[in-house]
Amino acid sequence: MHKFTKAPLVLNGLGRCLITEKHLPAVNIIRRGLVCSENRTDSSKTEVYDVIISGGGMVGSAMACSLGMDPNLAGKKILLLEAGHKKVMDRVPDTYSTRVSSISPGSATLLSGIGAWEQITRMRCKPYKRMQVWDACSDALITFDKEDLLDEMAYIVENDIVVAAITRQLDAMPENVQVKYKSKVVKYTWPMPHHAAESIPWVKVTLANGETLQAKLLIGADGPNSMVRQKLGIPTVKWNYDQSAVVAVLHLSEPTENNVAWQRFLPTGPIAMLPLSDTKSSLVWSTSHHLAEELLELDEESFVDAINSAFWSNENQSDLIETAGALFRGALSAIMPSAGSPRQLPPSVAGIGPKSRVMFPLGVGHASEYIRHRVALIGDAAHRVHPLAGQGVNLGFGDVACLTHLLSQAAFNGKDLGAIQHLLEYETERQRHNLPMMTAIDLMKRLYSTNAAPAVLLRTFGLQATNMLPTLKEQIMAYASK
Amino acid sequence: MYSNKLGRLMFGLKGLKVTSACGAFERAAARSGFSWAAVCKQRTLWQQRSACARMHQTGVRSAVHTTVDHGEVKRFQLLANKWWDEEGEFAALHAMNDLRVPFVRDNLLNAQRERHPGQPLAGLRILDVGCGGGLLSEPLGRLGATVLGIDPVEDSVRIAQLHAAHDPDLRDRVSYQACTLEELSGEGEPQQQPEQGVTQFDAVVASEVVEHLADLDTFAICCSHVLKPGGSLFITTLNKTNLSYALAIVVAEQLLHIVPRGTHDWEKFISPVELERLLESNGFLVQSVQGMLYNPISGAWSWTNNTEINYALHAVKQDDEAQDGSSPSGGHNEATNS
Repeated sequence: MHKFTKAPLVLNGLGRCLITEKHLPAVNIIRRGLVCSENRTDSSKTEVYDVIISGGGMVGSAMACSLGMDPNLAGKKILLLEAGHKKVMDRVPDTYSTRVSSISPGSATLLSGIGAWEQITRMRCKPYKRMQVWDACSDALITFDKEDLLDEMAYIVENDIVVAAITRQLDAMPENVQVKYKSKVVKYTWPMPHHAAESIPWVKVTLANGETLQAKLLIGADGPNSMVRQKLGIPTVKWNYDQSAVVAVLHLSEPTENNVAWQRFLPTGPIAMLPLSDTKSSLVWSTSHHLAEELLELDEESFVDAINSAFWSNENQSDLIETAGALFRGALSAIMPSAGSPRQLPPSVAGIGPKSRVMFPLGVGHASEYIRHRVALIGDAAHRVHPLAGQGVNLGFGDVACLTHLLSQAAFNGKDLGAIQHLLEYETERQRHNLPMMTAIDLMKRLYSTNAAPAVLLRTFGLQATNMLPTLKEQIMAYASK
Repeated sequence: MYSNKLGRLMFGLKGLKVTSACGAFERAAARSGFSWAAVCKQRTLWQQRSACARMHQTGVRSAVHTTVDHGEVKRFQLLANKWWDEEGEFAALHAMNDLRVPFVRDNLLNAQRERHPGQPLAGLRILDVGCGGGLLSEPLGRLGATVLGIDPVEDSVRIAQLHAAHDPDLRDRVSYQACTLEELSGEGEPQQQPEQGVTQFDAVVASEVVEHLADLDTFAICCSHVLKPGGSLFITTLNKTNLSYALAIVVAEQLLHIVPRGTHDWEKFISPVELERLLESNGFLVQSVQGMLYNPISGAWSWTNNTEINYALHAVKQDDEAQDGSSPSGGHNEATNS
């Protein structure tokens, strides 16, 4: 349907990231055009910042922290604009919050570089060592783990804790790094790409309280419905999945070591149980809008039953699939007898946490351009994915690490921070990493959304084969850990 | 194509009568009612004189006491508006910043003791000779140095000032003056007390400048005057070889139009050996010479061992005592005394 019109845009992005050189010909630069420009000479009155970051979520505040701590950017004026209020967490609350993220080792490295990881481990975080992903329609399963279960695969951390930890680091930064809370941006004014004598060459940001600020570089970290991206008119490939995610905190029937992340693909969507502690786990159940609303209306007992049966029941399996699955397994074990792992069942759920369950709609989006003259997009503003792979925020942290490194180098070479050369490098590098990941996640979602026999057989075989190839699994884990 | 643009520029900027819009720059004498012919004749005269002076290598200072070549000044005046168009006529110079800024920065850092994070060149005074639109002055200013950019072309200096005016960081650190190097160093005469009326710089940068000058001896002497003892001189220029003629003149100017036609005159190119000899006879010690290579496809520069086309040179001014005494490089320094 509309996917075919979107395909050229995706290919455009793919094409650019594969062939882009450091210095693009004039044509492409002009194409990135301008929306409007400002022709006033009162630049001396408005303050000029080196970098303004719009959006103080996990990714935006990590960017502010990362830039502020870089030695080559010492003394540069950095401002973070957040529309909400400051998230302070003097004491970690007893109840767990429903929104959690899986932090990959790569993201943990970035966070420890800015000093926030120490705060997070002191507050609350749960490492897990294995992940089991299996199908509801067949016996196929795949498990990911590091050798001998010694290393952690990734960490489950509540989003509030991540933001609070980074906010604490931001408070400790020198005065050249500022944060303005409760500042909503109402207008952006873009500069002309070619410096004309009378016009102001900086990006102008107008806040709701009438204040105007100017920036040599604007970083848009304002989420999937990014105002920066919309105002720039950047074409975005996006569509809504007909799915919503239901999140809740689960109380387990009995305490267990709980260092495994579970995800089962039902025909209606994947259900995931992520460990939070020995007795609690987080639920992320992506399903159709209709079912999600129903789930929210169930009483606690029925809701718990629904969760347990989603993980445990085998009603979706047909005989054909079972036989075929057994055949595949037999054939594969003849080739690689030692590989493969036994199926384990997740812990059963007894109750849910006091905070109410919430649902939010799911979609996918990818901006065809991450950058414009003096503007860069990071995090969900540039790319939005399905939560089934736990990659959303990790892609954002990857953007932060890459952009910080490039800006640091540019500053050490005396370059204007908003110059397009290093912004193009950022776009190329990140698109090359993000696009394959996003395509894979989308394909997985589509493949597992059906219980038609051919698709089931295909994915059964694929999953079993992948499970038997340790090198392939290692590659997947390495790519997802970046 | 380029000539049309130039014709429009000339008409707009100078209000001159444009008699014919076509023709290569070398035939400029026929283009307008202005006395181009006289200018060209003068330029050829100066060329011959300075060529003579260099060829004889007697070290006798040439009869010309100015580094400025008026033909070159006119040419750059017409290109003044193009300085900051990163994809325009000066694209290759913008790209060269990737090499020359680290070259200047790292060599200056090597001599420094203190480290200033974020402002590696803080506390240093740098003179950018032939700054043009400020392409090199601005990055050096951003790195913390106090930069004075000079250029005989007033329009370029005006453009440079306008461009730096919007940036609060640069306003304090980078300043420009429309003058020549001789005017700045005080008539080019040697002075016993260098502090008198001449500001002392930690470094002088003359990037892509010496190939446009009329007299290199004067240039070297003036540089020596404005530099502190132990100060650095950075020069990037083109070598005078057959390869540089083929690539820098034929290919770059006429075929690929990387550089506006007529920008370079092969006769003015100087080889690193000659430049080194010239500098050492004026009290400098050459520390390093490094070749640079431009890739027209990617539009990027890279370092290379081959100095046959473009090269960068770093020299350090010797202390005054060593300069007045017998030069170790052998003779020809009568020019130091008037």
